[in-house]
Amino acid sequence: MTGYKVLVVEDSPTMRQLIVFALKRIRGFQIVEANDGVDGLKKLSAQKFDLILTDINMPIMDGLKLVSMVRNDPNYKETPIIVITTEGATEDRERALALGANEYITKPIQTMKILETVRKLMGI
Amino acid sequence: MSIHDEENDVAGRADEFLQVFKKGAEFTQDLLKENERLRFRVVKLEETLKEKGHDVAAETPDTLELKKKIEALEQEKETILGQIRQVEEENQNFANRYVEIEEENNMLANLYIASYQLHSTLDFKEVLQIILEIAINLIGAEEFGVLLLDEKTNRLEPVASEGVETSELPSIDIGQGIIGEAVKSGENYFIDSMEGYERDFTKPLVCIPLKIKEHVIGVIVIYKLLTQKNEFTNVDYELFTLLAGHAATAVFSSRMYSDSERKLSTIQGFIDLLTK
Repeated sequence: MTGYKVLVVEDSPTMRQLIVFALKRIRGFQIVEANDGVDGLKKLSAQKFDLILTDINMPIMDGLKLVSMVRNDPNYKETPIIVITTEGATEDRERALALGANEYITKPIQTMKILETVRKLMGI
Repeated sequence: MSIHDEENDVAGRADEFLQVFKKGAEFTQDLLKENERLRFRVVKLEETLKEKGHDVAAETPDTLELKKKIEALEQEKETILGQIRQVEEENQNFANRYVEIEEENNMLANLYIASYQLHSTLDFKEVLQIILEIAINLIGAEEFGVLLLDEKTNRLEPVASEGVETSELPSIDIGQGIIGEAVKSGENYFIDSMEGYERDFTKPLVCIPLKIKEHVIGVIVIYKLLTQKNEFTNVDYELFTLLAGHAATAVFSSRMYSDSERKLSTIQGFIDLLTK
């Protein structure tokens, strides 16, 4: 199992590092970081990713807009998207899932939950 | 009817009666015989049953051997079942321990990242921003503030916040109220029950003094947790203390650096002025 490309979109450098550090425990993951939705879209168009993890509350372009745009891109119709956010309300979860996110994980960071979800979605 | 005829009639009836009585007697005899025959049969059957019973229970060397084997196998089965139960219990304990170690491992990894981030800069504002990020992403705080000790006035002054305006937070004297007491004692404060709590800037849910050894330089006060975070776990209590230590040294050194930078720039200004 090698060569999965993962994009982590998160404006907080601390949270981004926490996610990246957790993902590095899975062998063969090549992780690319983005600061916000626009940065994320740029990186998504530059190369093909196998998994996307994104926050919701971000400057310039939020995570929900990003999810919606990614799902409208034929290249990313089937790519798993995990939303990791502080927003714990049911309606936020439903909205994200309706827009095309595959999983919704709330903060504070839950490393085991993230790894478990990633493994499940990637079938590894 | 003549007397002779009457006598004949009585004699006839007596004969008839005798015949009936004889038949009755014969029938009774038959019944007694049948009864005796059946009793005999019952006795015979009982004997046969006894004999058969005696045969089954008979302890021949083969059956004794078999019985011993069965007993040994039963004991062996019990021992194996006991071992299986023990192994299953151990397995469960290992699984629980694995989860605990994984959680601790994750906590240490997260703590490493948090402390790495805290010490990655000497910019005071950046350090404060990292403390806010850690409180949100690692602790799950929604409304909170950072108060630092002003050594000139000996008061705690709000310097950063999230979810509330920094200007809304009060300045607090050391020893004053819950926050002042926590800073004075250097001990973490946690509210007894979060149920029914209403935000009061002088009575937070949590106070984490920022300590360098025994020297307290400030405090993190939390007024509200994220909706999905409704209680603290054991890991949280450890995390608070460990983070507070790292945050304190990061704040202290960045403040020192900022001060020295400012002083250096002032001195440089003077030098420039003098050498011009």
